[in-house]
Amino acid sequence: MSQAFTKSMARNIFYGGSMFFFLLLLVLTFDTVESLPQTDNRENLTAQVAKGKHVWENNNCIGCHTLLGEGAYFAPELGNVHKRLGKEGVIAFIKFRPKNGIPGRRSMPQFNLTDDELDAVAEFLKYTSEINTQNWPPNIQG
Amino acid sequence: MKYTSQMVAKPYFIAAIGLFVGQILFGIIMGLQYVIGDFLFPEIPFNVARMVHTNLLIVWLLFGFMGASYYLVPEEAETELHSPILAKLMFWIFLIAGAATILGYLLVPYATLAEITMNDLLPTMGREFLEQPTITKIGIVIVALAFLFNIGMTILKGRKTVINLVLLIGLVGLAVFFLFAFYNPDNIVLDKMFWWFVVHLWVEGVWELILGSLLAFVLIKTTGVDREVIEKWLYVIIAMALITGLIGTGHHFFWIGTPGYWQWWGSIFSAMEPIPFFMMTVFAFNMVNKRRREHPNQPAVLWALGTGVMAFLGAGVWGFLHTLSPVNYYTHGTQITAAHGHMAFYGAYVMIVLAIISYAMPMLNGRKAANSAKSQIVEMWSFWLMTISMVFITLFLTGAGILQVYLQRMSDNPLPFMVVQDKIELFYWLREGAGVVFLIGLIVYIASFFIGKDEAEPNEA
Ligand code: HEM
Ligand code: HEM
Ligand SMILES: [Fe+2]
Repeated sequence: MSQAFTKSMARNIFYGGSMFFFLLLLVLTFDTVESLPQTDNRENLTAQVAKGKHVWENNNCIGCHTLLGEGAYFAPELGNVHKRLGKEGVIAFIKFRPKNGIPGRRSMPQFNLTDDELDAVAEFLKYTSEINTQNWPPNIQG
Repeated sequence: MKYTSQMVAKPYFIAAIGLFVGQILFGIIMGLQYVIGDFLFPEIPFNVARMVHTNLLIVWLLFGFMGASYYLVPEEAETELHSPILAKLMFWIFLIAGAATILGYLLVPYATLAEITMNDLLPTMGREFLEQPTITKIGIVIVALAFLFNIGMTILKGRKTVINLVLLIGLVGLAVFFLFAFYNPDNIVLDKMFWWFVVHLWVEGVWELILGSLLAFVLIKTTGVDREVIEKWLYVIIAMALITGLIGTGHHFFWIGTPGYWQWWGSIFSAMEPIPFFMMTVFAFNMVNKRRREHPNQPAVLWALGTGVMAFLGAGVWGFLHTLSPVNYYTHGTQITAAHGHMAFYGAYVMIVLAIISYAMPMLNGRKAANSAKSQIVEMWSFWLMTISMVFITLFLTGAGILQVYLQRMSDNPLPFMVVQDKIELFYWLREGAGVVFLIGLIVYIASFFIGKDEAEPNEA
């Protein structure tokens, strides 16, 4: 690097630049949080949905699946599974997983959820499918 | 070695390598589960193997960062470490907490682990990379605070170099952004958004400061180039990292329920994120070309150069590949993501930790500057085995990803996820093969610590 460009200039760019863009990130974050009610479907965030999120987390579903494209890539996207299977379909799928898996196939564990937990997680997935995701995924297959 | 307290780095490095082996073993298990679906089912379901794989990665990299800090901060500050006892104590606490967490994953169902660790009191579990029980997360914070205190006090009482300062800013940032792991609202959109304040602002933010300072340290030591020149580069690199990477967070806010304007902010700023990685490559090669000495430790130089190149390929090139929102619309959450994640983590953070271990270990083992010629040759073999197999892992996953995107998301008749997975099985077999070569490379790496142990080191040329 050229001699005219000194170390203290470089240092100032670092401190000034990162300060500025950190503040900009804060501003954009603040604006996003303010405008989320328009897209995040919070009017449908019921107690049952919140409970379903805990069922989702306590069983580490994200360890195999993606949700809105984030997570693991071993099993199908679930952000729109409600649209693929419907609520009853989702519940039945989770409920009837064989304990010892399906020979030779990728298998989903049997989580032994109660009926209320099954309902909650299905409600959570219904809620998620109604979030405004800018039209993602491209089609029903997720 | 200039200060006896630098010795506390050694157990950190040994633990890092040990956990690295565990990480790779579970990677191989998962790779097999991708093609033989019920392998080890129901004993070790895929999600459990994945938690072990990714959490071990993060934990061993943190061990590496801490060991690196304990080694270089006293040397840079020209003073003994503030408290070697505290460093040793934290080592054991971190190791035991880490081991207990991994055993928890493996021995009881995750829901049971959540229950016995009372996750409902402060629910933080069940999110990717942040699967640790809340109590473990609190432990991580305590260890991090004690570590920062120790390093901070050492820097305060000693010489204040740019390398130490940048490292400290990076480490403080690492601890501060981890605090977002405790924020887990019921609203999944808010949850996802702030989850990235840990994950993205780590790997594309503050960790780059740590990476830059470790790279600068190894280059100063092995090339003898003037500190002023190296420090200037360091400032420019980290400036570009934060200027692009902070707003670059937006490349994760395209499709998770956040406003559409992020497609602009995220695409534009993250498209510039390869710049600092490119500069690191140029930096490393420039400094080595201008070297004022032939350092006898050749593998250390090789790892440092490798970090530059592979970080640029994995983070810069493979990151850019899918970072523009019209592309990401199709590639989001596919094997393309996995391909990028592997090469970026390996190229940037695995390789820099191995570089500093390679540089420091001979001294920690009582040598003057380097291992025997025999050991160095073996270590360089391991460099090539691991690096080339990682290139192939990335290429095979990219192949799988392209087909997946086409068959599942772009063709006229999109196929279901599982149908597509069957069709691209061949790529997963090839990836598994490359993974086995990676494991062999890792075994060769460990062998290099034992081969030629009693032989003299080569002299400085
Ligand atoms: C050597 C053999 C390896 C194999 C076979 C392997 C296999 C895998 C598999 C199957 C996954 C899960 C993908 C999914 O969610 O469906 C994964 C995830 C991951 N692995 Fe590896 N891995 C290996 C080595 C490594 C190494 C060396 C690193 C770090 C440098 C690494 C870092 C990661 C990361 C960061 C993830 C999470 C990726 C994401 O969320 O996009 N792996 N690995
Ligand atoms: C060393 C630095 C980096 C590391 C370790 C890294 C690692 C990762 C990992 C592990 C993921 C997957 C996260 C998940 O599981 O959801 C990811 C996602 C992503 N990364 Fe990086 N990355 C780095 C730098 C970059 C850079 C510089 C860019 C852009 C130029 C980039 C672009 C992306 C994008 C767009 C995604 C989202 C992929 C998706 O939509 O599925 N990354 N990165
Ligand atoms: Fe990112």
